[in-house]
Amino acid sequence: MYWQTRADDLVVKAMLGLLERNPNVPKDRIDEVAIAATTQTGDQGLTIGRTAALLAGLPKSVPGFAIDRMCAGAMTAVTTTGSGIAFGAYDLVIAGGVEHMGHHPMGAGADPNPRFVSERLVDAEALNMGNTAERIHDRFPQLTKERSDHYALRSQQKVAAAYAAGKIQPDLIPVATRSENGWGLATIDEAPRPETTMEGLATLRTPFRPHGRVTAGNSSGLNDGATAALLASGDVAKELGLAPKMTMVSFAFAGVEPEIMGIGPVPSTEKALNKAGLSITDIGLFELNEAFAVQVLSFLDHFGIDDDDPRVNEYGGAIAIGHPLASSGVRLMNQLAAQFAEHPEVQYGLTAMCVGLGQGGTVIWENPNYDRKAKRARR
Amino acid sequence: MTNTVPTTYADIDFSELLAFSADEVVTHSYVRDVKLASGKTLALVTLDNGRDHTRPNTLGPLTLVEYGETMDALKNRAAAGEIDAVAVTGKPFILAAGADLSKVGDVSSRAMALQMAQLGHYTLSKLGETGVPSFAFINGLALGGGVEITLAADYRTIDASAPAVAFPEVFLGIIPGWGGAYLLPNLIGIENALNVIISNPLKNNRTLKANEAFELGIADAIFSPANFLEESLLWADGVLGGSITVKRPNVPGKIERMVKWDAAIGIARKTLESRIGTVAKSPYAALELLRAAKSGTKEEGFAREDEALADLVAGDQFRASIYAFDLVQKRAKRPAGAPDKKIAKPVTKVGVIGAGLMASQFALLFVRRLQVPVVITDLDQGRVDKGLDYIRGEIATLLSKGRISPDESNKLNALITGTTNKADFADADWVIEAVFEELSVKQDVFADVEQYISETAVLATNTSSLSVEQIASKLKHPERVVGFHFFNPVAVMPLIEVVNTPQTDEATLSTAMVTAAKLRKNAVITRDTPGFVVNRILAKLLGEAMHAVDTGTPFEVVNTALAPFGLPMTSFELLELVGLKVGAHVLDTHHAAFPDRFFESENLHKLAEHGKIFDRDAKGKIKGFDKTAVAIVAGGTTPMTGEQILRRVEDGLADEIHRMLEDDVVHAAEDIDLCLILGAGWPFQMGGATPYLDRVGASERVFGDTFHHPRVTGVA
Repeated sequence: MYWQTRADDLVVKAMLGLLERNPNVPKDRIDEVAIAATTQTGDQGLTIGRTAALLAGLPKSVPGFAIDRMCAGAMTAVTTTGSGIAFGAYDLVIAGGVEHMGHHPMGAGADPNPRFVSERLVDAEALNMGNTAERIHDRFPQLTKERSDHYALRSQQKVAAAYAAGKIQPDLIPVATRSENGWGLATIDEAPRPETTMEGLATLRTPFRPHGRVTAGNSSGLNDGATAALLASGDVAKELGLAPKMTMVSFAFAGVEPEIMGIGPVPSTEKALNKAGLSITDIGLFELNEAFAVQVLSFLDHFGIDDDDPRVNEYGGAIAIGHPLASSGVRLMNQLAAQFAEHPEVQYGLTAMCVGLGQGGTVIWENPNYDRKAKRARR
Repeated sequence: MTNTVPTTYADIDFSELLAFSADEVVTHSYVRDVKLASGKTLALVTLDNGRDHTRPNTLGPLTLVEYGETMDALKNRAAAGEIDAVAVTGKPFILAAGADLSKVGDVSSRAMALQMAQLGHYTLSKLGETGVPSFAFINGLALGGGVEITLAADYRTIDASAPAVAFPEVFLGIIPGWGGAYLLPNLIGIENALNVIISNPLKNNRTLKANEAFELGIADAIFSPANFLEESLLWADGVLGGSITVKRPNVPGKIERMVKWDAAIGIARKTLESRIGTVAKSPYAALELLRAAKSGTKEEGFAREDEALADLVAGDQFRASIYAFDLVQKRAKRPAGAPDKKIAKPVTKVGVIGAGLMASQFALLFVRRLQVPVVITDLDQGRVDKGLDYIRGEIATLLSKGRISPDESNKLNALITGTTNKADFADADWVIEAVFEELSVKQDVFADVEQYISETAVLATNTSSLSVEQIASKLKHPERVVGFHFFNPVAVMPLIEVVNTPQTDEATLSTAMVTAAKLRKNAVITRDTPGFVVNRILAKLLGEAMHAVDTGTPFEVVNTALAPFGLPMTSFELLELVGLKVGAHVLDTHHAAFPDRFFESENLHKLAEHGKIFDRDAKGKIKGFDKTAVAIVAGGTTPMTGEQILRRVEDGLADEIHRMLEDDVVHAAEDIDLCLILGAGWPFQMGGATPYLDRVGASERVFGDTFHHPRVTGVA
């Protein structure tokens, strides 16, 4: 759909939509534009935070930079600039990400150091994300293909339901798309397959190993997308009359063995909970990036959460919507924010995702709509 | 104009026209349905010829038919309730650059020209007739028919970065004949329409920027390029839903129609007559269409456009204009006989000999365009300072007008220096002189500077009348000398005659051509013959004019005798513009070179002493001929009639141009015409000179042939 749309144009449209939704924001007050992209060349090159700021018509006085932590790019854009706000260096920032995986296939142009192999620093399988997912199945035999497929089916169903209820659309920006047959308008995600069934999932190939468990059906796709979010200090939000949707409480990133990168969110979440002085039971809503179903299940099992727990990915996730690497972090936050508004009984939520080469990232958020009475009523 | 009854376009058989256009580059009409936020469905038509932006969408007969059929299908879908709106937009950067000129310029009969007009009206109108609201999203360049596509829509939006919106038809000798002449004044008012359809094309084909088109009311909304299409669709949704009301303050009301309309037409007619005379047909045809657009139905308006367009497309002036347009668009960019650009020497520093007005203008042009150090020199520091003051003053003016930034101003000021020591020219790669027009002076100046400069530095002379070869004759390295003849005013006139002497080497010639292009001028290579091209032709013309006066023809008769040419000014106006002294000198030098064909004029010297020919009012407007001037030239005993003068000049020009081509002054008649169009402002409708001389029979009379085979003329 975006084959003839530039990656930088995508993120610029996301930024323009963001600013249009927040007309109270004086553009010259924006202190930073941090845009993530995994492959920072071509239409994602040239310090994309700065180029996007210029292309979006922000004043030339507004600085910008490019940021990369593979899948957690946008998340890192948020945590880095959020830290800047906490430190007092920024008042107001735009953080987001973009990945045009059509123009920039995963790992394109990368030149891994031969020491990775010669010194066995990283298993060769670690560079293939599907293999790392198969390795999670290996490590945790209780995580069966059936559980993965079931989780994937639920993701598709939840996205379809969220779309039907109009919960996804408010956060989307329509994008004009060019094709051989002229201009069209992209208004919804292209990836979801609401017609998915368990039977259908069972028949899919396992491309990463013969008789494996990871299929295109229980993995996120290779997609094109862009996201942008506005972050502000509490004082400035008040001054400008901005209504915060979430408040950042803590965040953490953590490393794991690269060849089993999907479990990364486990240590990062423990770390972030620890920093916040919270326990997993304090978390009322989870937005977990679904790089692979098995990778989410490993997280749920670790924390003793049921596969079908309604607190997890209420609107579905990347298995249905897709995972345009560096842009996904902010999509998780958008969905969590929308759920916060619907769930005043929830005080804390978290967004978490695994990262290629063995990392996890977690951000814990507080719900500004939290209401003790609502919480009691729920009980 | 013939009185016409509206035609039922659907009844016309266009098959001959379509067969004629079989090889057209078709701009396709692609349709995709767009779901709007409200849930309504808009059928979005994209015009795309499948080429990149260097080959804009154009509208030929096959394109129009496909577009019409697309609209017919959408009309059916609208009737079936499948779509709620229709919109048209273009491929990236371009909506449409108008009619396919290669097709329009080739029609073989007036009947076919008429059909071309009718087919446009027939098909473009369909956008507004689908039964659902129609939109045009002007996403980029829109010229002529490209604008007319949008005028058929109910609503229009424009991309703020659209580079140009314009009706260039009158510039090319035709009129907006696919609805523009009727629809535009009824959308934006008569005065605005007069500017867009008549004045702008005649001002060097000026175009509208997007915001101007929006302010005039051609577009109802303007959006940023970053999300133009998205915003346009959202806006269209708002219009459909009633949340957006479109206001059009410039749509003419009753008072405008009753009072202002005819008055505006009257004023425009007078302005036209005084500015360009009455020879060019298209501006007057456009004026008449705009006048008539005040009342009556759209169908009547379209029928008038059909007839007017057919007349003009089949006529001589349009063919000559297309010929001229091709010259300035194509031949000017690929000059005949230019050596390989790769052998051009780099120009990293420029020396200008002389600090007078002409030299200072050169210095300013070189420093602005080449962005390299420019050093000017003259006999003493006082003259150098005066030249520098002029240049810095001009730079300051550019800055104050916002044409250049403060940084650019500082840069230019730092690049420009003056000296009285020619040793400062040592590292210049290009030295141009603009000193007194006398052979020995120029020879000495070049010989002097040659002591200081490198052996390969190019020496360029701006002489208009001397032999470049002779100027170079005293040099150790005459092969590095080239003529580089500008036209006044230097900053404005687009032509440079690059004079190639028998000694000039290829690298020097190439350097001159590349440098001219960097100065954003069009260069034509000429041989080193007296007057090169433009001055020789003008000397012929002015010599004949003065000869007629000298032999007793009244100024008045001579002044109007060449009116059928439609030149931008009369001979005497031209003489006053270039200066009577200069004019007399030009006639003298040409008479000296070709005594049997070029007249000198003692009277012109006397008029130069007196200072003027015309009697002018305080504003410089001509009231009549100056009484003393009339007395000075009195005494001739064999006056001619206007017809005799016209015939003499036509034949004289045909003869002279024929001789120039025989003598290979330039390679082709096209180059003569290009020089006259760019260097002397000769009109497109003449095609420069040679299409005109062919069509009036002068070529046949003088040398028994024509310059062009076939002649550049209209069709029956």
